[in-house]
Amino acid sequence: MTKYVIKRILYMFLTMFVITVMCFVLIKLLPLPAVREMGRDINLVLAKREKMGYNKPIMVQFFLYLKSIFTEWDWGVGEQMYEGLGIWDVMMQKLPYTIVVNLYSILISIPLGLGLGIYAALKKNKWQDAVISTLVMVFISVPSYVYAFLVQYIFCFQLGWFPLQLASLSQAGSIFSGKMFVSMVPAIMSLSFGVIAGFTRYTRAELSEVLTGDYMLLARTKGLTKAQAISRHALRNAMVVILPMIIGEFIGILGGSLIIENIFGIPGIGNLYVNSINVRDYNFFMALNIFYTLIGLVSGIVIDISYGFIDPRIRMGSKK
Amino acid sequence: MMEEKMIRKIPKEKFQFVQRGDRIHDEKLQTKAVGYLGDAWNRFRTNKSAVVAFILILVLLLFALIVPAVSHYTITFRDGYYKTALPKADCFKNSGFWDGGKREQQNSSGYLYLNAIGQENGKPAIIKIYDSFVDSTGETFYNLRVDSYYSVGYVYVNLSEAEYKALMQYQDETGIQVCYPLAATHNKHFVRGNDGANFWYKLVDESQGNSGAPKLDDNGKYIPNYLTSDDPQKAGYTSLRIPGDGENGVWYTYAQKNQTGYRARVDYDEYFNYQNGFHASFLFGTNQYGQDIFTCLAVGARFSLILAICVATINFILGVIYGSIEGYYGGAVDMVMERVSDILASVPFMVVATLFQLHLAGKVGPVVSLLFAFILTGWVGTASRVRTQFYRFKGQEYVLAARTLGAADRRIIFKHIFPNSLGTIVTGAVMTIPGVIFSESMLSYLHIINLDTSSTVTSIGTMLANGNGYLNTYPHIIMFPAIFIAILEISFNLFGNGLRDALNPSLRGADN
Repeated sequence: MTKYVIKRILYMFLTMFVITVMCFVLIKLLPLPAVREMGRDINLVLAKREKMGYNKPIMVQFFLYLKSIFTEWDWGVGEQMYEGLGIWDVMMQKLPYTIVVNLYSILISIPLGLGLGIYAALKKNKWQDAVISTLVMVFISVPSYVYAFLVQYIFCFQLGWFPLQLASLSQAGSIFSGKMFVSMVPAIMSLSFGVIAGFTRYTRAELSEVLTGDYMLLARTKGLTKAQAISRHALRNAMVVILPMIIGEFIGILGGSLIIENIFGIPGIGNLYVNSINVRDYNFFMALNIFYTLIGLVSGIVIDISYGFIDPRIRMGSKK
Repeated sequence: MMEEKMIRKIPKEKFQFVQRGDRIHDEKLQTKAVGYLGDAWNRFRTNKSAVVAFILILVLLLFALIVPAVSHYTITFRDGYYKTALPKADCFKNSGFWDGGKREQQNSSGYLYLNAIGQENGKPAIIKIYDSFVDSTGETFYNLRVDSYYSVGYVYVNLSEAEYKALMQYQDETGIQVCYPLAATHNKHFVRGNDGANFWYKLVDESQGNSGAPKLDDNGKYIPNYLTSDDPQKAGYTSLRIPGDGENGVWYTYAQKNQTGYRARVDYDEYFNYQNGFHASFLFGTNQYGQDIFTCLAVGARFSLILAICVATINFILGVIYGSIEGYYGGAVDMVMERVSDILASVPFMVVATLFQLHLAGKVGPVVSLLFAFILTGWVGTASRVRTQFYRFKGQEYVLAARTLGAADRRIIFKHIFPNSLGTIVTGAVMTIPGVIFSESMLSYLHIINLDTSSTVTSIGTMLANGNGYLNTYPHIIMFPAIFIAILEISFNLFGNGLRDALNPSLRGADN
């Protein structure tokens, strides 16, 4: 197991390195945008460019880039937006919004999704199951932005229950305050429909398969009630597949949703990424590329490894 | 050792067919054999939701292919006066639903303004008055259903001499009044009414064009305020006249000569009909550029579908070749190839799409660079599916048997392993289509790719991006593309599920 984990992590670093090099080279091959005259920190930006060796060969620049990251944790400064501010500081300032919105979303989605999935599996082939399965099919297919438009139109414009845009920090006081939560509700709703449907589908599929297993029959035969058999045997076995999915969701909250953040004006990481592309701020773009790639890689590894920890039958790296 | 050698060297003539001449004592098969595809079709047919989804996909495809050819409008059609016109289906006329009308609240001045349009040409801009109330300041407000087509009313147009003559001839031939007398108020500054073309009546305060409150006579009727002269053929106008014209020797003026030709005031509904041969009626309304959403949607859907099918096909071919090689040979070949595809799969799609846009959009255009981006990482999914299927099937007995009989690698891959994994692989390829459409729409919506809106290309994502900011006032701009894409995604998912079950031979007879 340890050997397998180490191997996976080494592979991850290799992949990460190759992708970073490719990204860096491709970005540096693009024409360097001029520093905006309006920025008051223009000298800082120019000095930073000089330090990063913008007119040296690309591989030297890459070396300087890595060096400044590893020795000083310096990811560069914003050139086209947040001029003169450190990339890392800006990212850390944006990250809480993304995390909080997504955290609320999955905290609502997971119990609902699991509950509906369990209910559907227990009522399999009855009308309740048919209704849930049909709705799941619809909700899983419809793109999240369609919900966003509908939620915004119905709840924000027509009914006026929620504010159109996120409350600012000065209005709401704190990012965890009730006012902030209310203004986040439309985004949370739009994010949750698809996740709930996904969890429902997986839970139903897993549980209904597990329920037909022989050990369930045995459990009932030896005198357990249906509820006992389900909670002690069926659910535990179904969780083997569902739990890694939950873990994956939790890592995914760092990345957030580009389009939902854009629609609801959440000042999170996703919005930062889209803005960095639209204004061609390559320092932000590069740092966020690394960020997103890392999230993808780490969640892949954690999910794989978690199978091994959760399910004693799986021993990874062993020759079978 | 000895034995093996002997077996290898059996001469050909020693072989003979064993049972060829024997009578078969078993009962003969009574039913017809069902082939792979026939069996798949049988299973697919019984899956009702998949069949419905398939029919829906066909309908959407036909919509995308046929509508641009038969529609009154093209994607380059833009009408400056029918911007953000509301959806209108002629069969729902005056029903309060899908009739091009919108609920609006107006004060009495606004109500009278809208009411006046219909008084002149008989085309009421107000479909229905829901109710009215008096607020605390004593002003009356009306809740109205306003026709977004007829409320355009009249516009001033500049015509060349030939156009002017042709228009008069059209009026004489058809008996349809297009030109209306010029209003005396037309050179004031108006906030509404197309340069004041709709203010054909006397106002309470002539100096203040902006307020626009009409002066009514004792019977509560509008008092016409046209340019007049004693010459019945001022500016060469010899055509139809409106009722009340020419009384007491005073004639209304229908056009004015200017440097380039004539300036006339026309009923825009009829003028549009005169120019295009049909009355304006947009089934899904128009966007803020005055483009017909119905047509744009079909063109955009066609673009998105063609792009998605191209991507799916190319990725399918690349993925199958790559995955087959990986899966069949295994070992070191697999190791190296798997590393490569692993790295490609780990690059977030946004990064690839953005970098391709930044590098290539200027050289080969946004569409081609988007296609490249989809292909660069898209085939990895198919390849890994194919690889898994190969690992699953290559150890099976029938493959071993084929190898024992001396089948070549290629034959084993394409004759024995491939058909068994076809279901999973084809389903995967079909499911890339909705994925591509979704990604494209997301990238367009976020303005990461910009399909030029002035050109003949649009996509569903571009249409969504257009509607951004009009969600409250004109939701139809964004809702029709959004609903379209939702239906498309649902259909493809259902169809994909049905296809997966249908192409899986191990489910044969599972239902019966």
